[in-house]
Amino acid sequence: MLQVISLLVENKPGALMRITGLLSARAYNIESLTVARTLDPELSRMTIVVDVDAGLRQQVIKQMNKLVNVLQAVDLTESPAVRREMVLVRVRTTQENRTAVLQEAEIFGARVVDSSVEGYALEATGDPEKLDEFIEVMRSYGEIETTRSGVVAVSLDPRKLKLQPPVFTRVAMEEPVQ
Amino acid sequence: MASLMNGAKMLLECLAREGVDCFFGYPGGVTLPFYDAIYDHHIRHVLVRHEENACFAAEGYARATGKVGVCCATSGPGATNLVTGLVDAMMDSIPIVALTGQVSSKLIGSDAFQEADTFGITRSCTKHNYLVKKLEDLPQVVHEAFYIAASGRPGPVLVDIPKDVFQAQGHYVPVTSIHLPGYKVFTEGHTGQVRRAAQLMWEAERPMVYAGGGIVAADASAELRELVEILDAPAVTTLMGLGGLPANHPNFVSMPGMHGSYAANMGMTHCDVLIALGVRFDDRVTGRLTAFAPHAKVIHVDIDPAEIGKIRVPDVPIVGDVKRVLGRLNKVLAETSPERKDRLTAARQAWWTRIREWKLEHPLAPVTSDSEIKPQHLMMEIDRLSGGDAIVCSDVGQHQMWAAQFVRFNAPRLWINSGGLGSMGFGLPSAIGAQFARPDKLVFALAGDGGFQMSIPELATIAAYGLPIKIVVMNNGYLGMVRQWQELFYNNRLSSVTLDCFPDAEKLAAAYGFKGRTIDKPFELASALEEAVREPGPYLLNVKVSPFENVYPMVPAGGAINEMVLAPPQPVAVPK
Repeated sequence: MLQVISLLVENKPGALMRITGLLSARAYNIESLTVARTLDPELSRMTIVVDVDAGLRQQVIKQMNKLVNVLQAVDLTESPAVRREMVLVRVRTTQENRTAVLQEAEIFGARVVDSSVEGYALEATGDPEKLDEFIEVMRSYGEIETTRSGVVAVSLDPRKLKLQPPVFTRVAMEEPVQ
Repeated sequence: MASLMNGAKMLLECLAREGVDCFFGYPGGVTLPFYDAIYDHHIRHVLVRHEENACFAAEGYARATGKVGVCCATSGPGATNLVTGLVDAMMDSIPIVALTGQVSSKLIGSDAFQEADTFGITRSCTKHNYLVKKLEDLPQVVHEAFYIAASGRPGPVLVDIPKDVFQAQGHYVPVTSIHLPGYKVFTEGHTGQVRRAAQLMWEAERPMVYAGGGIVAADASAELRELVEILDAPAVTTLMGLGGLPANHPNFVSMPGMHGSYAANMGMTHCDVLIALGVRFDDRVTGRLTAFAPHAKVIHVDIDPAEIGKIRVPDVPIVGDVKRVLGRLNKVLAETSPERKDRLTAARQAWWTRIREWKLEHPLAPVTSDSEIKPQHLMMEIDRLSGGDAIVCSDVGQHQMWAAQFVRFNAPRLWINSGGLGSMGFGLPSAIGAQFARPDKLVFALAGDGGFQMSIPELATIAAYGLPIKIVVMNNGYLGMVRQWQELFYNNRLSSVTLDCFPDAEKLAAAYGFKGRTIDKPFELASALEEAVREPGPYLLNVKVSPFENVYPMVPAGGAINEMVLAPPQPVAVPK
């Protein structure tokens, strides 16, 4: 079953590897993964969609929360959240169906980002299922190429971010014992 | 304060401030600047003969003291040789800081000589790891490494340091604070849950305390003892928890699990409240999960939230430091008392009667013979000489299980073994670390003839430092535990388990300049061990034991822990 995980991560070398490694070590297959900086440039927000047995979802979240670089890992699979994905589609069109393609694109709220004699490049966003349909429809017009962004998600529940305060090191302050 | 120093000196400054008095390592090309700084530094560097053993020795040091153990290796092969030890420390939650050299920053990624992606390789072998990119980061990283290794659920942390960082010049700026906003250390435990746990404990008619390595790690032996006495509950301690409750304590039953005692396993199966303290419901303890403590409500205390509910969903989960949680729990228990005390007292007496009956029914019986040395006999002799007070560093296999059954430990940090990972070759090098940590203690390095031969290079270390370790090889001529399984589950087709060649122990020890001896007669056993213990220096005692002895009781893989095979002749179910 697909699990949607939202992570707030310190933007440090190896942080991504720690998270993906945790999943691959348990032989979970990652469906999609997006990562980008947050308002605070030292932090990144990741959304991972991963195929996990429903009974193990909580365990995955706990293991992720144990990672030193992870500030927060949240399971959005069943909680109120908006999930969106973007797709870029290049569709080859004949002269006859150019208008039809544009009309279909409009139905899906897609925008034309490039237009040429061969066809269009279209950009669409929506929930992943809607994009599946959009891609299907476009395919009916001919040869297409697609690139999907993977899901980004935002929780609709306000979630308190609990950060740990600094720890003062007495040992580090003391003079070394000779 | 602010004298200019290079990275190597700065690293030693950090180690000194962390209270490191000795560490274990092996030099190489990129750590040359570091070893140059070690040359005239007061911290003692112990030169081992293989990097894996540096890590095992650091583990032995950490396990014997509770302090962070430190090991050091060069880049490439040095670092990759640490991997087994790191995973071992990870599995058993042992605080280790591993320092590795790396090729110069400019060369990283160029397939330079002795370059390996240590940071990537050790990601899954460590609690956390670092690659230090510039000298200014070094002190912060090293102090963070010690903090992470020792706090919360302890574990190994690796710091990879490029050669140019060792060489760069800078000022040591004291690290006053560590800020890891995402690193959560749970300590106190939820007050409401502690109260619920206390109530459930008072309601229990057949409580069973199931205590593990967490008790040792948290230094919670006194609190555990208090709890057991308040409740008058029987207690089992796992392989990792042996000594957590003194073996001579009247409430101590023994070790549960695959090779646990009949009484311990029956007690776990029939209890109505299972009090799980610093344990992780390891498969070697639980056997078939659906049949594990099937009637019990479970109270689970652990510092790692990911352990709660991982294997068994508890009725009362408490995330916290088991020492602090038990401290509060004992207080609550002392302030309250069971509602119907008479009825409970009667129930408790009946429960103890059953446990004593189980103990009598199938005791962990001493097996001896007049013609050959039985392994159990060897362990009972070690037990006699130890008196519950010696450090025993065990390797992995049959001898480990027999030692766990028959050697008693009256304090924590005496029984040192590779529990979770089961790394052969652990016993002897960990004894080196333990002996450096506790020069006052009698230290046994106990190994089979298989594991000992993995550790032979370290005889040189023992000799070079004159460590008075008593190396006892339980020599049955086989990889005994594998042989046992082949005998029981693979139609006795003994495939690649025969260890035909074993060196002459006396000559081997003599080659390193210390005493050794081989014995195979039961009447020699006591005196030979006594002689070994009397010897002021190292001693290698090769004890030839009966080759086909198997460890019992045994829970076959996939079996329930109350379905033990208690003795050899009984037929054994073939696992699916």
